[in-house]
Formats: sequence, structure tokens, C-alpha cells
Amino acid sequence: MFYIHCPYCAEQRSEEEFHCMGQAHIQRPENPEAASDREWGEYLFFRDNPRGLHQEMWVHAAGCRKFFNVARNTVSYEIFETYRMGEQTSVTAGTTAHGREGQVEQVHKVRRVRA
Amino acid sequence: MNQVNRLAKGGRIDRGRPLTFSFNGQTCHGYTGDTLASALLANGVDIVNRSFKYSRPRGIVAAGAEEPNAIMQLGATEATQVPNVRATQQALFDGLCARSTNPHSGLLSTIGELFSPMIPPGFYYKTFMAPASMWMTYEKLIRKAAGLGRSPREIDPDHYEHSKQHCDVLVIGAGPAGLAAALAAGRSGARVILCDEQEELGGSLLCSREMLDGKQASVWVAAVVAELAGMDNVLLLPRTTANGLHDHQFVTLYERRTEHLGDRAPEVNGQQLARACMYHVRAAQIVLATGAHERPLVYAKNDVPGNLLAGAVSTYIRRYGVVPGKRLVVSTCHDDGYRAALDWAEAGHEVVAIVDARERADGHWIEMARAQGLNIIMGSAVIEAKGKNRVTGARIASIDVARFQTTGPASELSCDTIASSGGFSPVVHLSSHTNSRPVWREDILGFVPAELPGLTPVGGACGVYALGDVLKGGAEAGAEAAIGCGDTSASIDLPDVERLKTGEALGLYQVPHEKPTLRAPKQFVDLQNDVTAAAIELATREGFEAIEHVKRYTALGFGTDQGKLGNINGMAIAARCLNQTIADTGTTIFRPNYTPVGFGAIAGRHRRDLFDPERYTALHEWHRARGAKFEDVGQWKRPWYFPSNNEETMHDAVVRECRAVREKVGMLDASTLGKIDIQGKDVREFLGRIYTNGWEKLAVGKARYGLMCKDDGMVMDDGVTTCLADNHFLMTTTTGGAARVLEWLELWHQTEWPELDVSFTSVTDHWATMVITGPEARRLLAEVTDIDLDRDSFRFMDWRVGMVAGVPARVYRISFTGELSYEVNVQAHYAMHVCKTLFQHGDKYGLTPYGTETMHVLRAEKGFIIVGQETDGSVTPEDLGMQWCVGYNKPFSWIGKRSLTRPDTCREDRKQMVGLKPLDEMVVLQEGAQIVFDPQQPIPMTMVGHVTSSYYSPTLNHGFALALVKGGQKRIGERVYCPMTGGVTHAAEIVSPIFYDPKGERQNV
Repeated sequence: MFYIHCPYCAEQRSEEEFHCMGQAHIQRPENPEAASDREWGEYLFFRDNPRGLHQEMWVHAAGCRKFFNVARNTVSYEIFETYRMGEQTSVTAGTTAHGREGQVEQVHKVRRVRA
Repeated sequence: MNQVNRLAKGGRIDRGRPLTFSFNGQTCHGYTGDTLASALLANGVDIVNRSFKYSRPRGIVAAGAEEPNAIMQLGATEATQVPNVRATQQALFDGLCARSTNPHSGLLSTIGELFSPMIPPGFYYKTFMAPASMWMTYEKLIRKAAGLGRSPREIDPDHYEHSKQHCDVLVIGAGPAGLAAALAAGRSGARVILCDEQEELGGSLLCSREMLDGKQASVWVAAVVAELAGMDNVLLLPRTTANGLHDHQFVTLYERRTEHLGDRAPEVNGQQLARACMYHVRAAQIVLATGAHERPLVYAKNDVPGNLLAGAVSTYIRRYGVVPGKRLVVSTCHDDGYRAALDWAEAGHEVVAIVDARERADGHWIEMARAQGLNIIMGSAVIEAKGKNRVTGARIASIDVARFQTTGPASELSCDTIASSGGFSPVVHLSSHTNSRPVWREDILGFVPAELPGLTPVGGACGVYALGDVLKGGAEAGAEAAIGCGDTSASIDLPDVERLKTGEALGLYQVPHEKPTLRAPKQFVDLQNDVTAAAIELATREGFEAIEHVKRYTALGFGTDQGKLGNINGMAIAARCLNQTIADTGTTIFRPNYTPVGFGAIAGRHRRDLFDPERYTALHEWHRARGAKFEDVGQWKRPWYFPSNNEETMHDAVVRECRAVREKVGMLDASTLGKIDIQGKDVREFLGRIYTNGWEKLAVGKARYGLMCKDDGMVMDDGVTTCLADNHFLMTTTTGGAARVLEWLELWHQTEWPELDVSFTSVTDHWATMVITGPEARRLLAEVTDIDLDRDSFRFMDWRVGMVAGVPARVYRISFTGELSYEVNVQAHYAMHVCKTLFQHGDKYGLTPYGTETMHVLRAEKGFIIVGQETDGSVTPEDLGMQWCVGYNKPFSWIGKRSLTRPDTCREDRKQMVGLKPLDEMVVLQEGAQIVFDPQQPIPMTMVGHVTSSYYSPTLNHGFALALVKGGQKRIGERVYCPMTGGVTHAAEIVSPIFYDPKGERQNV
């Protein structure tokens, strides 16, 4: 069970207080009517499933009800960082787990329909 | 039975406190301090079970968690049955009642015994595979024959607890390494939890031959345990297994609190103790001091009772005062195997021979054995055990390990016990629960835990076996783990240990036989799952090369055993067959649980009334007093219907309640609807983006029905939202959707539109809602309120503030029945008073309470949807025919709008909501029934939709239904069919979903 640092409560809490809401940084197209069916479909349904570094959105459902982002390794389940909505992670594919090289195996590509 | 194998003195048992127990119905005797296994051995019980696949007689092999055979069904009564208990881990108590899990030959057993050469690995897959539909039947038979224990058929009378713990250092295992680690961490002041699965803390030190500070090791153990027990920052948990190590240093500990005391948890001062407790521990640092399991050697017929682990023999003699036989042959390939012979000889029994596979050895224990004149045969091994129900002899031969063959003629030694030891395997199980693979170390001939953050293996768990090194390593790891949490500057005074001379061990796993493996008598690798060396060899020949495939094909390391005794031998055999190293072959992953955990402990207090929270409305007691039958809606208990005199059928009650609403007046408790208070200057804008319809013009004092979609255009919730003030709205949601909708609103506000000034608060429980509905609603309400109810000033979809029954209320004129309705909202604590007042005045109008069933019938007659019943996440507002509720021209592209023009949502043949009228008016279609256009079509028929709601209407006097039908909105008047099981097919006509008062005149009176 994960131990997650809520960036708003500033405390480590058990996973059971949170819900995972899937991939982070999915931006709703600003003008949906201008999006093609394909672009709209990508926004709605297509998500990355990387091996290695992944950014996810979580919500502190049984706590402060705030949404935030988690940079996590999908292999080791290590959480590198949690950060507030609207912020970007400082974690990159080169970031290593506990100072060890080679933990993060693939660069996560943020999918944006309209940047 | 007599304790024929019990020594007159010695061991950590209390001969002054004898105990009586029963095994397979036979009365046996033992002493306080025994385990069930040691007592069985003391009583001379050889056969404790039949094996899983071949039904061979099996005896006790080990003395701890690694025991594969002595798996017991415990319990004196039906309610207290506990399956899968290892006799080696069960403390003996007076009256203990144990049975073999698989005591005698069953159906498969007979097959297994007679035809065992014909049961190759993968037998079940190969034999029972076809036809696939029969697998369920086969599986039941196989499971029954295989004997996996059974659960009780009566309710468990005991209770169980959960406990959440946080600590700086969790030490798993209280042997020498764990005790030293706990001592170092404990003295620093850090918060420490020390757990150990055994009855007593101390591990191998409880029966060690080695001395600490010149005294018996158990003396040091007692002093350390006493010191730890005196520390406020240390929690000592004996009888507690760390059964799972999960992500982020989360460990579950399974503490058996009373299972050493009796069949049921005893009462103390009138309070029944909890039988077991599950600790959920979050540890900053974990010290893994789980020790090592001794590896048996794999030789022919090594499963005959009387074949034991060498270390287990020592444990039974030294700790329990039990010598499990008369004449011993030891087969080993390293120094520690000699200890069993020394203990055996010191107990006064005959050591026939020590057979050592090495060419030469001169360690401390070997010299001691030589000095005692024990017969040592070098360069040889036991290649086969003789006997059926008990060992009668050992065939030994000289062997060449490198070439895997015997090098001389075999000779037979007469004996009744063979103790084997191939070395030690670190107990790495917990370290691999999070999927990290153990690493092979050739220097210690074992797998050690992979490097994991926050986890430090010490002692035997990382292949360190010399006692002095174990203590030192433990203390250092304990101190290091406590850094930052306590003062670790002081050094720990460790006891003096004599460093013993040891010779190099030989890597021996399977012992070569004169015959090739496939022809030799069975050489067992995994005793619990009946996996032989031949099976592994065959698996590799059949192309299963990856070790995980070998495991699954042969069942090596399956089940409750999780490969404790057999896995490393199995890897070594697979490696030999594949002509590669063990390091290349690798190991399979050990999974939780380390040993079986009782379901009671997993459930804890979350059972019966506390299984799931129940939510009651403020009127719950009133409903009960009126004899309501309740229905679960989410966690809520809602009145389902109110049978009069408690004897009316549901059908009759619903007919009566429906008529009351349509003809007079009814009252529904609608308090469970979700209520979200929304404030801020941008509420209108926010609502306009979330709901499909418009909110720009909703005036103060007005309410509006809203439909909410996900961004894929599918309906997710609905409800009425009222404008309390320009910057203050109250949203209602479906009963089940309240929490989901609140999270949904927060999601959009926090992630996409943080610039909007809006905030949300759940007020579901703050307000009680009583729906007064029916032609007499106005006259009734007028008697108890100061609000002007005039039809033209308080219009449909208006709300007003005023007093009802003398308390402040918000009254909404909205209708879910199609009748004239007022929804009276008062603070929850006033609800009972208001309800009683209404009924004091209501009698003369025929005021009738109704429940959810009547609510469903009345709303369905009007074609009002229920989200989750007419919708299932694949239904758009247009599919529901609710275009009237869709703001196509709103400036903001609200959630779901863009999706309504996707090709899939524009299809003409989408399933659309319609009404169905069965041709036979007395038929009530089954909800969920599939719909077809052509009832003559051969199976498989083309299914074109399903019935979503179906009732009998007392008002219309016929059955009716709502349904989703492909292209249904253009098929009004056509016929559809519902083929039911049993061959009956119901025909129905597609009609408008609004069955009653289509113009909506009744709610506007």
C-alpha cells in the first residue's frame, strides 16, 4: 500500500485515503468544437502506459479533497515526487531512485492534444 | 498413546504440566511448551498425512514454518474449525483437537497410488482439459480428493482485531540477529517493533549448542528479552508472523493471540479476548532477520516418514526433549549436518553413520564427532531410503557430484531415521513480495534478498551463519536503522562467542542414484505439492525452460508452502537439466502470504453489523415504527414499502401506496438524495459548464432539473438545483452518486477552471426532505405552513422559505411523481417533529407513507429516468430522448457537448429509451430481459436492447416497462420480443416512455 505525501496537507498518508485519477497533465482542448474527432477521441480515451516514470493525478478523497500530481515509477512503485495542480514535476527520466542509476527506464511523453 | 520418544529430561518443556490432546480421534499426551508436532513425535506418530497427488504416507520433516507435510485441520467444534495449520507452529494446549488434512485414501488417492508412474507433471492440464466446460466439475473432485482443508460451516464465535502501527524500526525475526538489532535500535530510543512467528523469542538460540559468554545461549536471550520488554519504545510481538511486505515499507503482521490457549479465545474478567490481530505497520526501516531454512537433500524415497531435516532433529531433541527414532543415519555435505548426530548421541540413541558427500572435512563439529567415535563415511551420500510407512534402512553409495553419478556399489545401513542437510537457504520470501528477485551467491550457495530501499537483511537472511558475525551484523543494522530517530552513539556490548572452525560446504542438491532420475524411485523436491526431480527434468525436456514456467507446469512451490523447502533444490535441478548455472536459472518469486492467515484476522471487526457502514435518515425510527421494509441504496437504508399490519404483500402495499398518491396524498422520505451547497460569484457559469442545460437565467426562488454528462457525452447523474441567491445554489444528486458528483465538481474546478470563484460543501446529512405529493398535497401542507401556496404565486419549479410545523423550512414545488408535489426540507433534527405533525393533520386527507418501490412505479409511469437504471454509462441525453434538457447553443462547450457529435454518438441505430407495453396486459417483463426484433431467428439471436425498468401499474391496470432499443425512437408502434428462459417469449409494443398524463397537467394544478 502506497505511502503518499499530500502536497496540500504536507503529510504522508496511506493510500486508502486517496483515489488515483489516471494520467496527469491531460489538458482539455480549449476549444472542443475546433478539435477533430480524432483529436477529441485521443483526449477522451488514449492514455500512456509507460514502464518507468509516469505522472499520475491523485485526489486526497478522504482528506483535503485536493487533486495533485504524483511522479511514480511504474516498475518499482517508488514515488519520486508529489506536486500541486498547475505545477510541473522536476523529475525526469534521468532522475534516479535513491541515488542509483538506471531506475527509470523510459522517458514519459506527455500527450497533449493542444499544447 | 505413550510418549515413547520423550527424553526423561532436557528441553524447554514443563513436565510438571502435562496436556492431553487428540489426533485423528486418538488420545495423545504432551507437555506445556510442546508444539503439536513435537508432541506427535513424542507419541511415536509416524504418519501425519497423505500426500497431495500420490497419496503417499508422510511424516513430520521440519520443526518450523517450512514444514510441508504436517498440515492440520484444528477445532473441537464445527464453528472453531481452522484449516491449514502447520503442526510445527501450533502450540499444544489441553484439549487440542487435530485431524490430518488428508488422512486417508480417497478417489484420486487410489488412482494416485496405483497409477503414479502415469501421473506426469501437467497431468491435470493434459487429462482434464477437454471439454473445457467440464473443468469446473473436475476441479471440484480434484480439490476434494487432494485435501486442502475445509472452512467451518458455522459462524466463527471469536472476534479479531486490526491495529495500525507506525515505527522507526521494524525487526522481523527474534533470533540472534533480530534480538541484537532490536537491542541496538531500542537502546537508541527509536520506536521499535520486534516480531517473531514462534511461541518464544530467541529463534535458533533457544536450542543452540553454542555458548554466549560461556553460558547457554538461552540465558542471554532471557536477559535481552527482559530488557526489551522494559522499554516503552519497544513493542514485542511473539506468535506474530510478518506475512506480507508491501510497497513503501508497509508490512502486515499476523498475531495469534490466543491460539496457544484453547479452541476458542478465553474470557478474562468477562471480556472475551480477541483471537488474533492483524497489524498494519508502516516502518521507516525494516531489519529482515528471518534466518535461513535448512535444505533437505533430494534422494530416492526421501518422503518416507522418518526422513527429517538434520536441524529439525536437533531442535526436537534439544528444545522439546523428543528423539524421533532409535537409529540415525545423517546425510550431509557441510559441517552443520553433524550437529544432529552429536545431539542424537548425547541423547543416548544410536548414530549408525554420518555420510558426508565431501572428500574430507575437519571442522569443529566433525572433530567432536570423531572424538566421540561416531562412524563417518566420506565422499558418499544416502541415495535411497528404504521402507514404506517408516524408514527401515538407508542405501548409501560413493558419489561424484560434478559428474552427477554414483561411483561405487551401494550398501544398506539399517536405521529408522535419516537426517539430511544440504545447507541453508536464506528466508528471502518477504523481500520478494514486492516483486524484486533474489540474487544467487555462489559463496554461500543460496539466494539472498535483492537490494531494496528501507530493508536491511541480517544474519541468516543474507547468508551470514557464524554466530558471532550474526550478532555483530544484527547490532550494526539495528543501530544504523535507528539513525535519525534515536541516539545511536553508544556501542552495544555483544556477548563473547567462540569462533568455530568450519570447513567449506559442498553444493549438493539432488543426490545421484544408480538409475537415471526418470527411472529411479521418486526423489521428492516439493513434498507438499508432490513434485519430484523427475517431474522437473521432464518439464525441461518438454520445453519449459524459464523457471516460472517450470514452476507452473510442475506446481513447484505452489500453495501454502510457497517453496520453503523445495524451491532452491528445484532451481538447482532445473539448472542441471538445462546445463546452466543456478544464477542463470534464477528463482521464482515468493508471494504473500508467507504462511496462511486466518480470514478472521483479515476481516477484523469489519463483519456483521460493522461490515459496511449503514446510513439512516432522520426519520428512520418513524419508518421502523410504521413497519417499513427497508432497501439498501448505497449505504443508506431506505423504506422500500410500508406493509399495513405487517402482513400485506409487497404487491398489495405498492398498489395501495400508488393509489394513495394518485388519488389523495403520499409522503416519501427523500432525505438520502445528495445535496451539495455551492457558493461563489461564478456558480452560474460553473453549473452551465457542468450541466447539459442552461443556468444563466435561473432566478432566485426558482429550481431547475439538470442533467450531467461525462466528457464522453454519457449521462452520469441528474437532479434538481435551486437558486438560493445569486451566488448561492443547492444541487441535489442521486442518492448513490452524491460522493462521486462532489469529487467530479472538485475535479473540474481544481484542474481546469481554478479561476472560477466557486466552492462546494456536502450538506446531505444536514437536511431532511419529505415529499408531499398527490391531489390533496396543497390542502394538507396549507394546514401546517405560513407559506402562500396559491397556484399562481408559488408555481411549479419554484421554492419558498417559511415555517412548516413551526420550524424553518425550504419548500420546493417539484415533482418526481407527476402529481402536485411539495418537497419540504427542514434541518435534520426537526424532521421527526415535522413528520409527526404532517401525519396528525394528514389522516383526513388519506396521507400515506410510501417507499422506493412506489416511487419507482410512479416515476416510470411518467417516463422519468433513474440514472444507473435507464443509464449504464453508455447512454447519451439524446438516447434518452431528453433533447429538451440539452443546451446546444450555450456559449461554453460544456462537459460532454463535443462528444454528442462524434460519429458513434450520432448513429441512428443507437439504443434509445422507449416505453414497452406487453401485449398480455398482466405480464410484467423481467428487468434486464434481452429484446429481439425477430423471435423466430435461430440462436444466437440478434439482441437489440434490454428492459431497464418494469412494473405493474395500478393506475393503468397493466404491466409496463422502460427499455433501451436500437433505433427505438423511430420504431414507436412496432413489436419487439423478450425470449425468456423456459421457452416463453413475451411480445410487447414500443410506445412513448410517458405512460401517464403526457401533457403534465396534474402537477400544475
